[in-house]
Amino acid sequence: MQWFYSHFNYVLAVLLLVIGLYTILSSHNLFKKLLGLSIFQVSISLFYISVGKVSGGTAPILIGDSTQGEVLYSNPLPHVLILTAIVVGVATLSLGLALLVRIHNAYGTIEEDEVSAKDRNQ
Amino acid sequence: MTSLWLNAVLLIFLFIISISILRTRKLFSAIMLTSLFSLLCAAVFVGLDAVDVAFTEAAVGAGISTVLMLGALALIGSNAEDRSHTSTHRKAFAMCVSLFTGAVLLYGTIDMPRFGDHRAPAHQHVAPRYINTSPQEIGLPNMVTSVLASYRGYDTMGETLVVFTAGIAVFGLLGNVLKRQREKDVLPDVGEHDGEIVLGIFAKLMVAPIILFALYVQFHGDFGPGGGFQAGVIFAAALVLYALVFSVESLMLAVPLRAIRILMAAGITLYAGTGITTMLLGGQFLDYNLLAHNPVHGQHYGVFIVELGVGISVGAVMLSLFYSFMNYRPQQRRPGK
Amino acid sequence: MSDHFIDPFIAQLPALQILIPLLAAPLCVILHHRRTAWVLAMIASYCSLAIALLLLQQTSDGTVISYAMGNWAPPWGIEYRIDILSAFVLVIVSMVSSITLPYALRSLEKEVYDNKLYLLYAGWLVVLTGLLGMTITGDAFNVFVFLEISSLASYLIIALNRDRRALTAAFQYLLLGTVGASFILLGIGLLYQMTGTLNMADLAQRLPLVSHASGVRTAFAFLIVGLGIKAAIFPMHSWLAGAYRFAPSAVTVFLAGSATKVSIYLLLRFIYSIYGSELAFEQLHLSSILLPLALLSIVIPSMVAINQKSFKRLLAFSSISQIGYMVLGIAINNQAALSATILHLFNHAIIKAALFMSMGAVFYQISGHRIKSLAGLGHLMPFTFAAFILAGLSLIGVPLTAGFISKWYLVIGALNAGWWPVAALILFSSLLAVAYIWKIVEAAYFKPPLSPNTTGAIKEAPLSMLLPLYLLVTANIYFGLNTQWSVGTASKAAAMLLGGGQ
Repeated sequence: MQWFYSHFNYVLAVLLLVIGLYTILSSHNLFKKLLGLSIFQVSISLFYISVGKVSGGTAPILIGDSTQGEVLYSNPLPHVLILTAIVVGVATLSLGLALLVRIHNAYGTIEEDEVSAKDRNQ
Repeated sequence: MTSLWLNAVLLIFLFIISISILRTRKLFSAIMLTSLFSLLCAAVFVGLDAVDVAFTEAAVGAGISTVLMLGALALIGSNAEDRSHTSTHRKAFAMCVSLFTGAVLLYGTIDMPRFGDHRAPAHQHVAPRYINTSPQEIGLPNMVTSVLASYRGYDTMGETLVVFTAGIAVFGLLGNVLKRQREKDVLPDVGEHDGEIVLGIFAKLMVAPIILFALYVQFHGDFGPGGGFQAGVIFAAALVLYALVFSVESLMLAVPLRAIRILMAAGITLYAGTGITTMLLGGQFLDYNLLAHNPVHGQHYGVFIVELGVGISVGAVMLSLFYSFMNYRPQQRRPGK
Repeated sequence: MSDHFIDPFIAQLPALQILIPLLAAPLCVILHHRRTAWVLAMIASYCSLAIALLLLQQTSDGTVISYAMGNWAPPWGIEYRIDILSAFVLVIVSMVSSITLPYALRSLEKEVYDNKLYLLYAGWLVVLTGLLGMTITGDAFNVFVFLEISSLASYLIIALNRDRRALTAAFQYLLLGTVGASFILLGIGLLYQMTGTLNMADLAQRLPLVSHASGVRTAFAFLIVGLGIKAAIFPMHSWLAGAYRFAPSAVTVFLAGSATKVSIYLLLRFIYSIYGSELAFEQLHLSSILLPLALLSIVIPSMVAINQKSFKRLLAFSSISQIGYMVLGIAINNQAALSATILHLFNHAIIKAALFMSMGAVFYQISGHRIKSLAGLGHLMPFTFAAFILAGLSLIGVPLTAGFISKWYLVIGALNAGWWPVAALILFSSLLAVAYIWKIVEAAYFKPPLSPNTTGAIKEAPLSMLLPLYLLVTANIYFGLNTQWSVGTASKAAAMLLGGGQ
């Protein structure tokens, strides 16, 4: 139990990852798959940021006055990495949505099985 | 202690929302839930001291992503539903794979240092220099900006290229807007209706302060949370607001597509150009120390220009994405080749 | 001498390798003109090839070039680290791009709408930038960034085909590719958490100290699976057949010759340079995981290829099977087998590019993908099909061709490890290759034409497509006879990796 409390964040990141991955794999609707992908990517961000957190620390922005003494900061490196990952995520999402719109235009549907059926009949 | 409880509660909400997204049939609800998911995520990030990340997640995840998803939904049909009827054995397969992956990751957390432990390896070796020395070497209070724009500035250049690529990709997929005829908007032209005068005036009043805020975020990113990405998104959001209330056409008169295309390219060129300048000055690529006599001033100039490049690129691309989605006219194409 | 002027330029080569294609892409977009974009792409591609060759020349004696971005010493800054293996892959990628672009000029005109071509070339340049960036970097997170750069641009250039099925293929690739990249990201994050660094050389030093930790094993699993998805290793290969089949032909040539090679390169990098062969093979039992996957990867896609009705899809499955050979070389893990893997990065690039080019030329003339429609074309398009046969022989592994050399070393590696059944399987799989190559050859030469070619509409492919094709075919034969450069480089690279190299 102690382990669970001390790793709560990680456990929840894992749960979100499972849900995201499950949505991608099980849904036939292409839009839902993209949403699942977003959840999946967010779970990884959560994981990284939890790694970077320092208990008793504060945001990694220098606190001006020196009267504070020794200030503990959370690790800025995971923040930088996740900033990049979030931007990459939205880039992927926008590309996915554009493809989705085009697929809908070309096939009239965004359900994966209906699209495959139309391709087979062609 | 309270923040840890708050963190836990927010995470549980996130979990519940993600299950709702999975189960909801109406896509409109799913999008709204995703937006809420991003916003709560941003709150969790604040609790974990990741203020820059929270800012970006809120602006990008809850902000722009929602606009794009709604734009896509409008083109598909706002009442679109998830009609999948997944066979039980596909569901079982998906569940097995997902649970297995989760289990592997969970196994990986066994030997992890305790959450928040400041003696963890992740906080030794590389990170202390960023925390302790960057205020002297780079002279910026925001350590995330120092790492993002200087120490690991090359990654950020790559990221700007990713943004640029998304812009041209969506533009390539959703068509050449200039050649299409100007028809009536997909969205109703709100500004013209009498009853919406208040909305029109309010929107006009808001655009300027939002742009001002964007500029503030851009230039204050060295001292507080902020920087090019967030600023670019907020800038685009101001213009998107105008377009939503009045019309996309009126925005395109003010900010034409050709200008956006040039700005998209200009941002990444500015970033890489800074690096080339430092190479021409005899140093390594992106060595800001050479940009001024005093290396710390050089760092300031470098970070400033580079963040500006990011801001311009991101703002232009976000706007271009919006244009692409708003102006797409489904074409009658022959199916197949 | 002129060292004074050249030296600074030479010193900046690592940065220029990426900068030239990177800056050419926005330039294509601004100039907004089809032919200009193609010219820019050609210039950028050939410059990259020149730089890659210079870098290979510098590293072939074992030197490792280190370039610190922003002048921040690693591990605080991002480092570009080039050794003989990276330089070799840089040459392969830029060579494939350079040789395909002249071919692409006519080929793409038939398959992509005119007003989108400039964007396709811009996307092509971004893919090139991404692939080169993944290869040349010495920083693990930088790998992820450039991986996503090349992936996003690939989704674009695949989807720009007029055929609507390209859209679904690109979408499936997007989903699976992003999951793969996210797994890689997760692996990198776990490694960071265990060691506190992102720099590859630094990770190599710090990992042995924490090798018992569960996080290290999990990271390894995620990295292998993620890279496996990008490299299309069975069973994570499902995206490749669709993507290669429905992308415009020239795009398929480019991607088939470069993208999966870089993913295999990254596998080699992570397994040998970061984890180290002792940790990976002895503690984490990589061989026992990779061996069955490799064997299945070689046999099953080959059998599926034999059943295909579309010649493009057939070649796509053939590619998956060839990737299986490369993975087998890693699984066997000795000097000969590993040399075979690295050698096959190059050989397969020239084989597959030639095969896809010839089939692309056929498509250019007949606008169809069915093997049935190839009936009798061998006589109408003699040069194209002659090239196909020669490249096909190389694929099968007939002596005097490049493909034979790779298989030779792989078999030697298997025999050295005492794995006779594996060696036998490699030879058996060549028979499968004979079967699917024969299917196309039979249709082309021994079946009567579907409709008499009265209007003379079907003729030989244009010169701009035949010349690059024959350059590749000549390369296949040349490197089958004179293996000094190819095998020499591959062996040195393998020795370096096995020796705990960097």
